[in-house]
Amino acid sequence: MNKILNIENLKKIYHTKQGEILAIDNFSFNLYEGEFVSIVGPSGCGKSTILSILCGLEDISEGTIRFNNNSTIGYMLQQDSLFNWRTIMENCLLGLEIKNELTKENKQYVLNLLNTYGLGDFINNYPSSLSGGMRQRAALIRTLATKPDILLLDEPFSALDYQTRLAVSDDVYNIIKKEGKSVIMVTHDISEAISMADRIIVLTSRPGTVKSIHNIELSNKSTPIENRKAKEFAYYYDLIWKEIDYHV
Amino acid sequence: MYSKEHIKYLKKIKIDKIIILSIQVFLIILFIGLWQILANYNLINTFVTSSPIRVLKTTINLYQTNNLFQHIFTTIYETVISFSLATLIGIIIATILWWNKFISRVLDPYLIILNSIPKVALGPIIIIWIGAKTSSIIVMALLISVIVTIINVLNGFNKTDSSKIRLMKSLGATKFQTFFKLVLPSSFNNIISALKINVSMSLIGVITGEFLVSKKGIGYLIMYGSQVFNLDLVITGIVILAIVSAIMYYIVYYIEIKLIKND
Ligand SMILES: Nc1ncnc2c1ncn2[C@@H]1O[C@H](COP(=O)(O)OP(=O)(O)OP(=O)(O)O)[C@@H](O)[C@H]1O
Ligand SMILES: [Mg+2]
Repeated sequence: MNKILNIENLKKIYHTKQGEILAIDNFSFNLYEGEFVSIVGPSGCGKSTILSILCGLEDISEGTIRFNNNSTIGYMLQQDSLFNWRTIMENCLLGLEIKNELTKENKQYVLNLLNTYGLGDFINNYPSSLSGGMRQRAALIRTLATKPDILLLDEPFSALDYQTRLAVSDDVYNIIKKEGKSVIMVTHDISEAISMADRIIVLTSRPGTVKSIHNIELSNKSTPIENRKAKEFAYYYDLIWKEIDYHV
Repeated sequence: MYSKEHIKYLKKIKIDKIIILSIQVFLIILFIGLWQILANYNLINTFVTSSPIRVLKTTINLYQTNNLFQHIFTTIYETVISFSLATLIGIIIATILWWNKFISRVLDPYLIILNSIPKVALGPIIIIWIGAKTSSIIVMALLISVIVTIINVLNGFNKTDSSKIRLMKSLGATKFQTFFKLVLPSSFNNIISALKINVSMSLIGVITGEFLVSKKGIGYLIMYGSQVFNLDLVITGIVILAIVSAIMYYIVYYIEIKLIKND
């Protein structure tokens, strides 16, 4: 498989008036094309920092990041961050608008995405009239609109209640797989990570560095909800749970 | 079709509304009536307190001889001018301060001082610098309303949801795009409420200005009345001012209801 992203010895120090915080130290890893990688780790270990760095919101202190074949990034956060003064269509066109790529083809592409993924009837609605799950789907389509090669998801479902969360993660997973994207998803929900990811990276507590990497091999791998029924599920859960340093 | 319970609920709301309105009307009639009766029986000195009938007469007299509407429109005109200028200047300065955090931090203490000093104290200087004309009144009103506008609008700008700002950055937005596509529209409601405050601030400024200089306007009527000890004129001026400011308030209130979008 092709390497699409390569990170070597990443180090990140935050500077604040109170002092400096070493958030990430010596973090290395490769992402392969079409792969779904999940990063788990204790709270505050630097998971979000890694994603912020990858999408250019934060500078790095040391190390190298290489994107192969000019691959581009799409970022999706916990909050759907839809603008309530824009319709769903207008929200989904935001990225194209900013990049000055509002061509007819691109608009059609977004429209197709909305139609394919069940928001076709809502393109002229405002976000407030949509359910939490639909809003998150709209946020995903906004991210997909600029045709990124790599998706960075930062706890994309944690604002949703548990039942919706299961349904939406199924949804989002299917969309991502259909569109053939490579994904890095940060979560603190181990089950979610096992049910979705091909590989799971466990981080140590801060400063975050790779503690272990697990290839998730489930029998009858299918959608996240189905994957939860796999017989290996409990094994991986136990394994990873023990590796994360929870401070109680 | 609504359930019985809901119809009962709607009815109760309607009845409450009617009761409140009736009491409000009753109170104002009671106040005016009592004022007139006390005046009729000479229980109050109408030379000092005037009376509803004398207010009415003074108003009619003003209308016939002294261009009542010219005074009213002068005040409204000055208020609208300073309101518009304060809004424009306030939003522009707030934008600059949002844009450049460094300038914002440098100017912060000056803004606070300018905001807390009673602007009337600057009146004499304004008159000397600008002269006793309409522009001093507008400058006076501007001083009173523009600082508040800057502070309120800037607060709105700075309260923009940080995760939305991150979203814009992650999409590669320039600061210009972030401002016009996110910060400005998301502060819309905030700006509208700032404008509402601005209207009353401008009116305060204009009346203060008219007290200090001017030969026209409601503030002038009140000031002139007090100087010649014509309290009918003073109280008539106050009544007219109350009506004018209530009308202005309701116009802005109505615009606000039309414009503000609920989330
Ligand atoms: N902008 C910032 N300035 C200073 N320190 C920061 C900043 N952002 C994060 N940190 C610190 O860096 C460390 C890592 O933060 P980060 O948000 O990446 O953790 P996380 O693993 O995503 O945590 P969580 O599970 O709570 O989301 C934390 O100690 C945090 O306090
Ligand atoms: Mg985080």
